[in-house]
Amino acid sequence: MIRPERLKELSLAAILVLTVLLFSLLVEDYISGRIFNRVTTSVVITAILAAAQTLVILTRNVDLSVGSIVGVTAYVTGDYLVGHPDTPALVAVGLAVLLGCGLGVVNGVLVAYGRVPAIVVTLGTLAIYRSWLIDHYGGRTITTDSLPPWVVEFPGRTLVSLGDLDLRAVFVIVVVIVALLQLALGRLRWGRRLYAIGSNPEAAVQAGLPRQRLVFGAFAASGALSGLAGFLFLSRFGTITVVAGQGLELDSVAAAVVGGVSILGGAGTLLGAFLGALLIDVLDQSLVRVEQVSEFWRNAILGTLILVAVVGDVTLGRWFRRRLSAQARPETAEVAQSTTVAVVGDA
Amino acid sequence: MPEALRTRTWELLLAAVLVATVVYNATQSPVYLDVDNFVNLFHLSIEKVIVAIAMTFVIVNGEIDLSVASVMAFAAAVLASLHEGGAVPFAVAIVIALAAATGAGLLQGFIVAKTGLPSLVVTLAGLIAFRGAARVLVEDRSVGDFPDWFRSLGRDEILGPLPFAVILFFVGLVVGGIVLHRSTFGRVVYVIGDNPEVARYSGIDVARVKLTLFGLSGFVAGVAGVLFAARLGSVRANIAEGFELDIITMVLLGGVSIFGGSGSLLGVALSIFVVLNIRNGLGLANVEASVQTGVIGALLILSVLAQNLVDRALALSQHLQDKRGTT
Repeated sequence: MIRPERLKELSLAAILVLTVLLFSLLVEDYISGRIFNRVTTSVVITAILAAAQTLVILTRNVDLSVGSIVGVTAYVTGDYLVGHPDTPALVAVGLAVLLGCGLGVVNGVLVAYGRVPAIVVTLGTLAIYRSWLIDHYGGRTITTDSLPPWVVEFPGRTLVSLGDLDLRAVFVIVVVIVALLQLALGRLRWGRRLYAIGSNPEAAVQAGLPRQRLVFGAFAASGALSGLAGFLFLSRFGTITVVAGQGLELDSVAAAVVGGVSILGGAGTLLGAFLGALLIDVLDQSLVRVEQVSEFWRNAILGTLILVAVVGDVTLGRWFRRRLSAQARPETAEVAQSTTVAVVGDA
Repeated sequence: MPEALRTRTWELLLAAVLVATVVYNATQSPVYLDVDNFVNLFHLSIEKVIVAIAMTFVIVNGEIDLSVASVMAFAAAVLASLHEGGAVPFAVAIVIALAAATGAGLLQGFIVAKTGLPSLVVTLAGLIAFRGAARVLVEDRSVGDFPDWFRSLGRDEILGPLPFAVILFFVGLVVGGIVLHRSTFGRVVYVIGDNPEVARYSGIDVARVKLTLFGLSGFVAGVAGVLFAARLGSVRANIAEGFELDIITMVLLGGVSIFGGSGSLLGVALSIFVVLNIRNGLGLANVEASVQTGVIGALLILSVLAQNLVDRALALSQHLQDKRGTT
């Protein structure tokens, strides 16, 4: 019997393939190295943020501050690199991740130990982090040419080239991170516990799970991943202003939700969220190439797609469950009967 | 602490903060207590505070509407594109714009009520889609050249020093307060927010109430969008972007629980005045708008945190008393 989350991932992958096929009918020379290169370069930021968001949503919370964390880490790291161009790459990335983690820790403390609802906390820190950034750095802009060259060249780094198809290093790194996190989530105790507290917080606490520590950990991890996304943002765009990353929180929630992560917690996978991010990005990159569709249609189509995805998910899920229970009913009746017998026998 | 007492305490605290802010601001700036400044207080945020009234109903009901700012832009864009087309009189265009916004709200309400999907997800999609619809309608143009009477509606005083939108806000506050706190419908909104299961078993048509509230939210956002167009004198697709967070902040700061079922419109009204006065005071003291936003964000977190800490302190003292009683 195939597990429901696998089914969701498979159907997402199928939709992704269908989307690509559809666009290849609409756009000439669509299937080429170029579209692959563009998608794999641009998806990395939302993919990491979707993973961050998923970790938090699994615990029945939400992190609306990821966009502001991306902005702060991208700008502060960029500013530091302008001042210290000799900084080793690992130190620079570490700085961004640590800074993001620190901001995530603030969220985590307030949600887990202050018992303030996540939407209230992260709505607040969304404003606070951003306003600190604007107040501290004002109208200054970090420009591409003031950054060390390796930062700006990083997104273009290619591991292998097959014809005009380039496998970007940054895409591989992000895929590896998501895969490792997915493994940890599925196999490690920490991961299974995140699902447990998300699907039934009371039962999880009754079972002795450290709910506060787990929620705190999810927010800290989300912050750290957002910090990494901040570094990727810096290296991809090079030109950074104080509004960098604004609105990314909604993109990350959208990717997770399209990817089948339940906003009510306890269900969904990082692989699903990754596919969600990929699907949104493919649409985004492809719609601009369809001549009949003007660029102004982008959000209208994207919003409709998300609605169709979530409504379809619920309706299909219900239909599927009804079918299953209809099939299973004769057996369940038998089982019920035999258990009754067993119980009676015991008595 | 029982919910009603908590709400009362919170209202008192907000009132105290409001008085303190007003007194402080008055000592800091000589123009602060002028009538002009009072109107000015509302001027820049009037559309947000109008939407906050409807948002209070939605959040008390245990839902949320993230799409309001996009629906504002959508209504304004419908109005602008009809005006550009010139096929219908302007007044009819306003009616169609309001109908479109109401339809946007009803559509989302229908999905929430029928599928049981969380409104956070549905209205997030709505946020993206209706902003997209606005963009489809006016693209990257700035549509203006509205009739004179419409523009004067947005800026001229019609009752003493008060412009139309400010009067509408106060009327909305009174009517909203009566409906939420003194009518059967208002009680039903609370009951559903408190426990939808209990509401359903009590024979309340939960789906219908939710549909009504999202329709109301869309309609009010439409009114706010049209008024915003009148005040600005022109419409772009990106107007009101990000307003939803400010609006939700005002409601939550007013002591309305994000989980539904508690809070009062009086609390929200007080929190609106507190937010406006803090912004206004900081503005007069030449503090940047971005920092003002940060201060409001901190207030939002502190408001709930403080309530929690007080609750825990009370529980602790109760616990200690009980212990003393038994030994």
